[in-house]
Amino acid sequence: MEFVSYLSEVFLPFNFLLLLLGTVGGLILGATPGLSPTMAVALLIPFTFQLAPAQGLILLGAAYTSTVAGGAVSAILLKIPGAPANIATTLDGHAMAQKGQGAKALQLSFLASAVGGVFGVLLLIFLTPILAKWALAFGPSHLFWLAILGVTVIGSLDSSSVVKGLLSGCIGLWLATIGFDDIMGAQRFIFHSALGGGINVIPALIGLFAIPQVITMFAKGRASTSAEIIVVHKSPIKTAIAEVFNRKRALAIGTAVGSFIGLIPGVGGQIAGLVAYDQSKKFSPERDKFGTGHSEGVIAAEAANNAMVGPSLVPLLTLSIPGSPTAAVLLGGLLIHGIFPGSDLFDNHPDVAWTFINSMLIGQVLMCVFGLYVAGLAASVARVPHSVMAAVVLGLAIFGSYSVQNSMGDVYVMASLGVAMYFLERFGFSAAPLVLGLILGPIAEANFIQGSMIANATSSVSQYFFTGPLNLTLIIIVVTSIGYSFWMELRNRRYTSKEEVME
Amino acid sequence: MNDLPRNQHIIASGIVASVGIWVTYISYTQEPAAAFLFPRMISTVFAVLALWTFGKALMGRSKVGAGLSIAAIKNITPGLFITLIYVFWAAKALGFYTASTLTFFILLSIYDPNSHFKTRSWIKRIIITGGFLAVMYGLFAVLLKVYTPREIFF
Repeated sequence: MEFVSYLSEVFLPFNFLLLLLGTVGGLILGATPGLSPTMAVALLIPFTFQLAPAQGLILLGAAYTSTVAGGAVSAILLKIPGAPANIATTLDGHAMAQKGQGAKALQLSFLASAVGGVFGVLLLIFLTPILAKWALAFGPSHLFWLAILGVTVIGSLDSSSVVKGLLSGCIGLWLATIGFDDIMGAQRFIFHSALGGGINVIPALIGLFAIPQVITMFAKGRASTSAEIIVVHKSPIKTAIAEVFNRKRALAIGTAVGSFIGLIPGVGGQIAGLVAYDQSKKFSPERDKFGTGHSEGVIAAEAANNAMVGPSLVPLLTLSIPGSPTAAVLLGGLLIHGIFPGSDLFDNHPDVAWTFINSMLIGQVLMCVFGLYVAGLAASVARVPHSVMAAVVLGLAIFGSYSVQNSMGDVYVMASLGVAMYFLERFGFSAAPLVLGLILGPIAEANFIQGSMIANATSSVSQYFFTGPLNLTLIIIVVTSIGYSFWMELRNRRYTSKEEVME
Repeated sequence: MNDLPRNQHIIASGIVASVGIWVTYISYTQEPAAAFLFPRMISTVFAVLALWTFGKALMGRSKVGAGLSIAAIKNITPGLFITLIYVFWAAKALGFYTASTLTFFILLSIYDPNSHFKTRSWIKRIIITGGFLAVMYGLFAVLLKVYTPREIFF
């Protein structure tokens, strides 16, 4: 129960102010179509440089939590999911709004998000220290396989095409090798002076997530936002609270599915929401009402997509393996402050670790309270023209990436990667595995070299990397995830896309 | 699949395959070999997967990714062109704030759905640009104290 002793840190005036700022800002950003939680967190990182590590993480954690929940506002009122995690919410949430129950749908979504989110963070609180101690048993070969696992799982499960997902991961791993080799000091793939120090992760993250969105907005041309905001009429909150707790089945399914899926690296909120929606429908006696504005659909989807937030950070905080693109961005935020996840984080920086985790717990409650108040404002922000949004995001991306090291080289890298990513995305490649490759590449390489040295001194390289229960377990998971994804691709089983929902 | 996305898939996967082969070639030919041990592993997988993707595109079996329509290319071109000028020339040559203000205003003018023939629309664009500049200056110059290239004006 170590976390309790750090609870008061969250309520220090400046920390609490940051939490409020992150929560309210995240709700508004989340409601804005095109601004995904990952991109919002990436754009916020430059603003944390001058903050203490715990304060920076409070801001980023609050933004992560509330952007996921904020996406429900545009999903319900505009039929445009603010983030992929809110796709399932659109199915019943918008139908409820059309029936004049917009306020109730918003209340249900924020209440279910809070319940799911609190459960997810509690899971993070109780699982993380145990796994962090267990992580001490990991040697270089295991950490190498874990890094490869992170890239392959996200590459195969998060992408529409397994081969292109894995290829994206390989591109990321290759980009991570650019610069000077750590051991020999040799130059690798440096064909421009801007790449001399390698690719800085933060500008790369900003470019990979923000610039494709900017170009996507350009691609829409001068089209105005056609979506009509549905007017929200007041609805008593007591009714919504009673409804959420009367729909225990949907709430439990959403929370359980979201928490479980959050623990699996790479699976993400979109799948959590859709699987919870699907399972809730299967187990409901009122399954025929799903899709027509049924409250169970909203509750299951929103409980799931927020329940996955906490558990998605477990692999990051224990093993340094980000379980999702947003967790990868958070890892970048940690490394900037010289903090390495794992047992070191809990042994040497418990104040940072627990203040961050506690802030996510309190943030869930704030998100629920403020969500109901800022929903109207957030929906209006969601109608900001693409032209303004594109120019604002572009400006933030350029200033943000420059401010990392006051270097134009970082701006060039950010823009080049971002433009290339837009075109790659148009042909089925995905940013998430590329980012994971870029972040996990140095971890994989360092452990591979270290493992090779140990192997040369003790046994053979193949024996060191391919034997032992932990190595074999990790290899089996890598192979299974790739095999499963191929099988799913052959069966043409794909999850509902944002475009399909909006039709 | 019609010819436009098919040809685009061939070009895109061809570029990725070329990069994969180039990276693999460098990994296996550069010295010291020990420094390229990990890149060799990665680049081999990279090249194999990229060639597989290219082969699928050649056979017209690339199922994922809609490519770019002519309309999208037309819409993207001016914005992308201005963005690249902003990043690779104007930000340093004119100064961050001057270049950002000009770029913001030009992008707003190009993509704003409101009429180009109404004074009201232009006043609105100028006000939005001014507001954007004030916020960026406040955030980065005053709050974060980031010293950006100033060059002309400020």
